[in-house]
Amino acid sequence: MAIDFKPSGADLELIDVRKDFPGFTALEDMDLHIPAGEFFALLGPSGCGKTTTLRIVAGLEEPTAGKVLIGGKDITNTKPHERPVNTVFQSYALFPHMTILENVAFGLRQRKIEDPLKKAMDALNLVELGYAAERRPQQLSGGQQQRVALARALVNRPALLLLDEPLGALDLKLRRQMQIELKAIQMEVGLTFLHVTHDQEEAMDMADTVAVMNKGHIEQMGAPEALYERPKTAFVSKFLGQSNLFVGSIVDSNKESLSIEVGGHKITVPKDRAEKQTGKIAIGVRPEKTTFHRSNPKLSSDHVVVGPGEIIDIRFTGVSNQYLIAIPNVGDVTVFAQNVGISPVIELGEQVWVSWKVEHSFGLSDLPAGNEDE
Amino acid sequence: MKRFSIGKLTLPVYSFLAMAFMLIPIVYTIVFSFNNSKQRTNTQWQGFTLDKWLGVCNKPDVCSALGNSIFIGLVSTLIATILGTALAIGLVRYRFRARALVNLALFLPMATPEVVLGAGLAGLFFNAGVGAGMVTVVIAHVVFCLSFVVVTVKARVQTLDPVLEEAGRDLYANPTQVFWKITFPLLLPGIISAALLSFSLSFDDFIITYFNSGSVETFPKYIYVAAARGVPAEANVIASAVFIAAILIVLITQINGAVKRKRMLKK
Ligand SMILES: Nc1ncnc2c1ncn2[C@@H]1O[C@H](COP(=O)(O)OP(=O)(O)OP(=O)(O)O)[C@@H](O)[C@H]1O
Ligand SMILES: [Mg+2]
Repeated sequence: MAIDFKPSGADLELIDVRKDFPGFTALEDMDLHIPAGEFFALLGPSGCGKTTTLRIVAGLEEPTAGKVLIGGKDITNTKPHERPVNTVFQSYALFPHMTILENVAFGLRQRKIEDPLKKAMDALNLVELGYAAERRPQQLSGGQQQRVALARALVNRPALLLLDEPLGALDLKLRRQMQIELKAIQMEVGLTFLHVTHDQEEAMDMADTVAVMNKGHIEQMGAPEALYERPKTAFVSKFLGQSNLFVGSIVDSNKESLSIEVGGHKITVPKDRAEKQTGKIAIGVRPEKTTFHRSNPKLSSDHVVVGPGEIIDIRFTGVSNQYLIAIPNVGDVTVFAQNVGISPVIELGEQVWVSWKVEHSFGLSDLPAGNEDE
Repeated sequence: MKRFSIGKLTLPVYSFLAMAFMLIPIVYTIVFSFNNSKQRTNTQWQGFTLDKWLGVCNKPDVCSALGNSIFIGLVSTLIATILGTALAIGLVRYRFRARALVNLALFLPMATPEVVLGAGLAGLFFNAGVGAGMVTVVIAHVVFCLSFVVVTVKARVQTLDPVLEEAGRDLYANPTQVFWKITFPLLLPGIISAALLSFSLSFDDFIITYFNSGSVETFPKYIYVAAARGVPAEANVIASAVFIAAILIVLITQINGAVKRKRMLKK
């Protein structure tokens, strides 16, 4: 078999991939490049096309249009068994008529690798399931089956490992433990991982690069911090963490920054943090970057100040408190304040002003739902 | 003091009668296979002997009829099982236009009275100019066994998760290897029960066979003809042997299953 198995991972490229199902377009304009050896997370809401993307890469689904390249080679028209790719399926898909050891050895036997059972045993030991080698999949717990599925894929040292929400069925504690193990294994073997999840914390935690998917295409991708600090679309700003968004027309623009007017307030964003610089735009800020004041703080122009507004909800979440402030003509603004116990107690119904540094604003390329027209 | 109650006795008595009713013909058949009957008829007890068991084939007709029945059963089971399994997989996995029609067509042989099916097939063979014989019996048996095979295997295919086959493809198995290493072993229990069912239906069949076998003698046909003159004890021997073999097969599969379950639990 002419599969090119490298000792380390290869890069993956999707070019303009499109997938139409009868009456439904699952993927459109899907472009993706994952450098070799990277831990890449694909994050998105249910039904956005994550599994479909993985199936196209694995060859289990044919793209309607577009190309798939692994290690620079076009593999769009090759069969699944000819691709140097392995998948950890969302439902594990262990073979019920084989022992755990035989399950793990399956890929090695297919490729006629020497000593399949010994290598399979090593892989099982890696996921700490050597003792269960002779059992059947039905005799293992969900978490154990998940680890077998991982070993069965890993043992082949594929250039690219596809993981479809492999931790989805685990409880929180085991999930965190497996995240650490998975990351350690990836670093150790140096393979390229494409990890699908809808748990944003998991994606941010493990991945070198995170891509946020929405409705069949990638909205934005980048390092986790960059994605969080500078979301470029309304969807990303709301899907990754929380955001306060303000929509208005540009009224002021100078060399460094531009400002919009919302309900009589001027909201400013640095130009190099604004995706769109004309017309009506949306500016956002993360709730933990904001503070509130009991009187108008009269700050310099490197701050944005909105208010006064009334506190309509307070939530104590432990490390920080969440305040919801209704500002007339602007809308509701969320503020996170560290629960350090030095600020004076604020009560529901009090009047406050909200401020943040201009450098923490971000300008989006689109408008949040409901503001598109006009 | 306990009150005597007829109600309490009803169930045991009724069960006993029902069992006796079902078992008497079988017991009769087995007992009379040891009858030292001298004439053609085997209706009066004439003393115990093992001769009939040891020399079943002394009456050549009985054994050749049995051989034919086994041969027809095996061949039609083989054909029906292969065709039926392929059909079952196709019907579950692929959506095509005629699917509903094929499903319905498969039920027809089961729903049609055997006399009608047998006569219909015979008419068909006659019109086609195919003389009744071994070939026509086998075709006729495949026709009615096929439906049962498809129904049995289909149930199994429906429980087979297609993602298992995808996992096989993902792990470097080509479509043929996926079929033999994953699909087939997982369907095997269904295929085996379908084949057993098919064989017993074929072996047992009289009506359809009667219409389509011409001069080929099968065991049920032999008994039917012989019954007019009194069934020879050799026929009892074979009937008893078949009955015992069937019981043994059931017992072995049951015990085998129980042992496997126990082994699983132990681990
Ligand atoms: N075979 C199919 N035929 C028709 N539509 C399909 C098919 N497979 C998937 N879809 C549709 O394509 C869309 C994307 O599906 P996909 O399974 O890729 O979602 P996902 O992002 O993996 O979601 P989840 O997080 O729930 O697993 C869904 O709306 C789904 O209904
Ligand atoms: Mg999915």
